[in-house]
Amino acid sequence: MYSSKRFELLSQRPVNKDSCIHEWPEKGLANMESPFDPLPSLKIVNGIVKEMDGKKQKEFDLIDHFIVKHALNLKMAPKAMAMDSLTIARMITDIHVPREKIVEIFSGLTPAKILQVVGYLNPVEMMMALQKMRARKTPANQAHVTNRKDNPVLLAADAAEAALRGFAEEETTVGVSRSAAMNALAILVGSQTGRGGVLTQCAVEEALNLKLGMLGLTTYSETLSVYGTESTFKDGDDTPWSKAFLASAYASRGVKVRFTSGTGSEVLMGNAEGKSMLYLEIRCLLCIKGAGSQGVQNGSISCVALPLSLPGGARTILAENLIATLLDLEIASGNDAMSSHSDIRKSAKLMAQFLPGTDFICSGYSSVPKGDNMFGGGNFDSDDYDDYLILQRDFLTNGGLLPVREEEVVEIRRKAAKAMQALFKKLNFPPITDEEVERVPFVYGSQEMPERDRVEDLKASERILNENITGVEVARILYEEGFKEIAEKIFEIQKQRVVGDYLQTSAIFDSHFNVLSAINDPNDYRGPGTGYRLEGEIKRKIMNLPKAKDPRETLMVSPTETISMRVEEIGMAASGTDPNEVIIGLGPAFGTVLRETINGLPHREVLKEMILGIEKEGGKVRVIKIYETSDCAFIGHKAAQLSGSGIAIGLQSKGTAVIHRKDLPPLNNLELLSQASNATLETYYTLGANAARYAKGLPVSPLPIVIDNMARLKYIVQTTLLHMKETEEVHPHQPPKELRIEF
Amino acid sequence: MMKARRFDPKKEYPIASKRPDLIKTITGIEYKDLTLENLISGKIDVQEIRISPETLEFQAQVAEKHGRPQLALNFRRAAELTRIPDEEVLKIYHALRPGRSTKEELMRIAEELIKKYQAKLNAAFIREAVKIYEKRNLLKKG
Repeated sequence: MYSSKRFELLSQRPVNKDSCIHEWPEKGLANMESPFDPLPSLKIVNGIVKEMDGKKQKEFDLIDHFIVKHALNLKMAPKAMAMDSLTIARMITDIHVPREKIVEIFSGLTPAKILQVVGYLNPVEMMMALQKMRARKTPANQAHVTNRKDNPVLLAADAAEAALRGFAEEETTVGVSRSAAMNALAILVGSQTGRGGVLTQCAVEEALNLKLGMLGLTTYSETLSVYGTESTFKDGDDTPWSKAFLASAYASRGVKVRFTSGTGSEVLMGNAEGKSMLYLEIRCLLCIKGAGSQGVQNGSISCVALPLSLPGGARTILAENLIATLLDLEIASGNDAMSSHSDIRKSAKLMAQFLPGTDFICSGYSSVPKGDNMFGGGNFDSDDYDDYLILQRDFLTNGGLLPVREEEVVEIRRKAAKAMQALFKKLNFPPITDEEVERVPFVYGSQEMPERDRVEDLKASERILNENITGVEVARILYEEGFKEIAEKIFEIQKQRVVGDYLQTSAIFDSHFNVLSAINDPNDYRGPGTGYRLEGEIKRKIMNLPKAKDPRETLMVSPTETISMRVEEIGMAASGTDPNEVIIGLGPAFGTVLRETINGLPHREVLKEMILGIEKEGGKVRVIKIYETSDCAFIGHKAAQLSGSGIAIGLQSKGTAVIHRKDLPPLNNLELLSQASNATLETYYTLGANAARYAKGLPVSPLPIVIDNMARLKYIVQTTLLHMKETEEVHPHQPPKELRIEF
Repeated sequence: MMKARRFDPKKEYPIASKRPDLIKTITGIEYKDLTLENLISGKIDVQEIRISPETLEFQAQVAEKHGRPQLALNFRRAAELTRIPDEEVLKIYHALRPGRSTKEELMRIAEELIKKYQAKLNAAFIREAVKIYEKRNLLKKG
């Protein structure tokens, strides 16, 4: 195995559980550079495309035909194809070239040309481009809401919480496909309880999916998958024409549509035709554009670990997101399926979409724990909420999530459960018990929920389909049962399906059902000072994490704490003459404004132990107060100047201590206790004893150094605040004072 | 009755807030009458609350005027499909899947779409698919 211990431990790191392989381009195992990818070409004769990317018209497959007929802007193509790829690449990142111009050029580019252009961009350039090219100005996020048992009460509560947490869309799916209607109903009720205007969907087989949309139980669909090779498309049991027809079918019922694609699916399905994953993804994106979809979810999605197993995986995924925007499509940018065992790698990958902002940073952030995620375990889940929130706060970036307080979450979850209880009763569905309603606000996952009769729930779910129980009907019942507010929101959602404003590119709703889309909230990024900027109310919310403390209100000395030590100043501190003398120089706030060290040791005890230590070794103690400085080294150095032996201990209020000697430069020392956070009273005793031995010229074994790598991390704020207090007590012209201490 | 002011797709989006007067459901209920109160009192029926072909045409104009011809065409195909019952729409979708239909079957669907529903765009789309399916061997053998 390993002869080196370091290598052995490295091999056990989470990242080394991820697959890592070399390229094999002949089989399509290459991300964005394959020697078998075609070179760009386009020949148009009398308005008919005779050749594209080196392929003659008669060799065109299904996808080529569809691209040529529906995606390529033949008017623009000759001009766009004649442009130098590097020039186009530079225009993409050039803040002086507007988004519309780029979109126009890309409407006339073939797949191979797009691949060539994007190949010139490094990841940072791609991020700059994504920031400029995404269609909607305001970024957002999408949640996955599922549970292992298809428990409708829990689904509704989780949907309500996700809505409160700021997700603009929520997607559920099923454990058992017969649950589809019930799950759709549950997240519809839950989401509108949490926040009006959240769009919802239930990912199931197309026909069923469409039916749910027709009933008004869902408002969008992103199940329309396309593939980059003809054989894979056929294996997916569709053609670009059938998918495009389906897209129109959804729109005809007022349902928003987003297609799905992503690198790796073709090679995974065994039919990559030896092309790079990104080349095939570009073909997908052009099909999607041609089908008239307003948008796409890509970023490898469920195949994500495959591009990531090869060189350039994260860059390729970023590239496919970017290309979607270059083609003027709404982008829900992946970050949904589990991408790595390593949290470091997952977070780094996230930054590619999180920092530039996309229409939906995650095309499914798991709002539930891993065990309840029916999409195969989310890349980020409910356990990661606080990490995600702090990342937003760190970068002052809107990643689509809002901080929430426990009380409001509990309340909204209960409210959703109560609405479901009333609805179930009225529909004569299996009852939701008071126990369920009372438990659902507080559970971690489905395993803590009381068991429901699944057979009966499934029957109820089938009744929704058989009896055509619609979203409007649900609104009516909830209204009559006294849930007026929720009813109005569900009804408003139904009204929006009649208007269709949200069928336009990149559309979401705010909580007042105002649509925000590429049309009325267009991304107008043109460099610094333009585009989306985090400001106002939303900035305040993102900064204001519930766990954040007010530094003004920490460190107040509690009035009950009595200081059982009398400190009296008895005049100016003079120079000592006793050769055994050890001075303890106290920081300006010691024992007065501050009364304990950083880890809570009372100043009284610390000082007492230090004195005992000095006396045990035969030293003679003098305690003085230094006012001129709050710096530990200088406190010690100043005290040493007055010490009969030349030895002194500088002791800051927060517990940091130094043993100094008169003749040493101020920033040198004999011993330093720099991390007071792991000091004990014994530490201070030993410091005292050591100081006395230095004074007497005896050999000393210095204090053992305790390494705590996290100490600085844990205590830095407190250190800052304590030091601030100490520094406030500094009087630069006040000479050292002699102290009389009584314990 | 006064004729409604012409819709300006460049300026009057969102239609819900800028031109609610233009919106009617598929059965002709006006947007302002779409209220929970009317639903409860039975003045409007659950099944009537659906998008109309006219509204989809307005959305198509919005998409078109904002440089999205494919999206516009999708909305126009959708407008035609509003007139077709759910089950039939699903049937056509299945018929378009690979290897499901003979050339004749698809051509018949296209013909019916025109005759029964005046769905010209969808008919043309299906006929175009037939041509390509034929070339790529995706038709069921008759």
